[in-house]
Amino acid sequence: MYAQMIKTAGTGVKSREEMSEQERAFQDKIDADIKIEPKDWMPDDYRATLIRQIGQHAHSEIVGQLPEGNWITRAPTLERKAILLAKVQDEAGHGLYLYCAAETLGVSRDEITEMLLDGRMKYSSIFNYPTLNWADIGAVGWLVDGAAIMNQVPLQRTSFGPYSRAMIRICKEESFHQRQGYDAIRKMAEGTPEQRKMAQDAMNRFWYPSLMMFGPSDKESVHSAQSMAWKIKINTNDELRQKFVDQTVPQAEYLGLTIPDPDLKWNEERGHYDFSEPDWSEFFDVIKGNGPCNVDRLAARNKAWDDGKWVRDGLLAHARKKRGAKVAAE
Amino acid sequence: MTRDEAFLQFLLRMGDNTLILGHRVSEWCGHAPVLEEDIALANTALDLIGQTQMWLSLAGEIDGGKSADDLAFLRDAWDFRNVLLVEVPNGDFGRTLMRQFLFDAWHSIMLGRLMTSSDERVAAIAAKASKEVTYHLERSSDTVVGLGDGTEESHARMQEALDYLWPYVGEMFVSDDVDAEMVAAGIASNPSDLREEYDALVGRVLAEATLTTPESRFAHKGGRDGRMHTEHLGHLLTQMQWLQRAYPGATW
Repeated sequence: MYAQMIKTAGTGVKSREEMSEQERAFQDKIDADIKIEPKDWMPDDYRATLIRQIGQHAHSEIVGQLPEGNWITRAPTLERKAILLAKVQDEAGHGLYLYCAAETLGVSRDEITEMLLDGRMKYSSIFNYPTLNWADIGAVGWLVDGAAIMNQVPLQRTSFGPYSRAMIRICKEESFHQRQGYDAIRKMAEGTPEQRKMAQDAMNRFWYPSLMMFGPSDKESVHSAQSMAWKIKINTNDELRQKFVDQTVPQAEYLGLTIPDPDLKWNEERGHYDFSEPDWSEFFDVIKGNGPCNVDRLAARNKAWDDGKWVRDGLLAHARKKRGAKVAAE
Repeated sequence: MTRDEAFLQFLLRMGDNTLILGHRVSEWCGHAPVLEEDIALANTALDLIGQTQMWLSLAGEIDGGKSADDLAFLRDAWDFRNVLLVEVPNGDFGRTLMRQFLFDAWHSIMLGRLMTSSDERVAAIAAKASKEVTYHLERSSDTVVGLGDGTEESHARMQEALDYLWPYVGEMFVSDDVDAEMVAAGIASNPSDLREEYDALVGRVLAEATLTTPESRFAHKGGRDGRMHTEHLGHLLTQMQWLQRAYPGATW
């Protein structure tokens, strides 16, 4: 999930009696699966929650360029380099659609970018882990994008129109990325002993952080209940995590890679795999800023933004001159 | 020099230019001044790497059945035939875009000529690449104009970038025996014949950008014939070729 630990604004789900007439009409539309569009009335808390969620998702796409970009200059073949460049370009494009969707809620891209840069807004914890060998690029596509897709597929049906439409486009590209990632790691799993070692090393480091992408259990969460009632969130974190594990285990077996969980086993009765929870204290450390790469990632984004100021100012000044000249001519 | 030997050198010059510039541009990934530029830079790099695959595949055919990857990842610096312009480090965004513009202008004129090459394979690659490069040139020209004629700071930075890069321009128009052989075979034009059109194009854009074209015609040379690259190329190759060198024979 590219947006995680989104705190839902408000005090929890209201009963119909507690709702105002406007709120009732709004909830009726959601219940009837009618999309909410930017000009429609919406509760302030719905708007605030969506800004947080879409903003965090957009920031994740942007920061996510860094761990993948880390390998573009070292990609082992021209084809792999081209595939990775195309993928990272897609991610930046996703960021763009999502910032546009957030703008329809009344925040500018610059405003929420500033909030990312000064730490008021977060991005997915997964991008605070490093990419250390080439198989990591396969693992990011296969596991990280795989986990993201689990969450994003249901979000295609989310209640806010612009978010839902952005998600439909994004999902198409993400599925493609996941297949490419799997292909890259498969090639290594079938390769030399050193390549197999890289693939297993990537698996060992990315398995638990991928499970963390769904966020801690939220079965009992009041916040989650409100987001689900608003159809901003469709499934619980645990449902999605289970689905991800069930899908991924046979794929890992096919590759001959070992999932670093001795307690992982098929549970006939449940019809699902049983698996170990990730270390949630590590997750909260990463969220608080203590992951292996938090400081570097934010520093890189801040540097790009600060170094680029003269470029943005220059292009803006030029556009104003052109506009001025055009007006003067008319 | 046989015609095949000359043809190989010509193809390496085309493919190494796009390979090395594509690599340089891809270094920007995630660090551009604004999201649209991140997308555009990745897209440019992607086009250039795609063109590299076409040029170096054909070069590999001529060179005894090597693959494009063999040529990209297993040659040392002295075998590279790119002009020095494309291997100079990115510098700030202004220098990157100025370098792009100075190259795109040459590239678009060159590809336009190659579309009528007597060698059908060359003509086909040029036709495909030309569509992409027309767009590269449009974008880099617009950016050079926008920043040249932007704020005082952006103007100063673009002038500085132009002054730094200008001595690397001349090498794109030097003609040697390889070029003479290509002209004789009807495969490619003489590079020196492109200069007039280039100067007109570049002059027009730089004037609109309110930048001053340096008067000196001094040219750093040595990339196209491999006589002497810059110190920067070795570092670039160290990074680009690392996996192939560290794990020989592996397929990826």
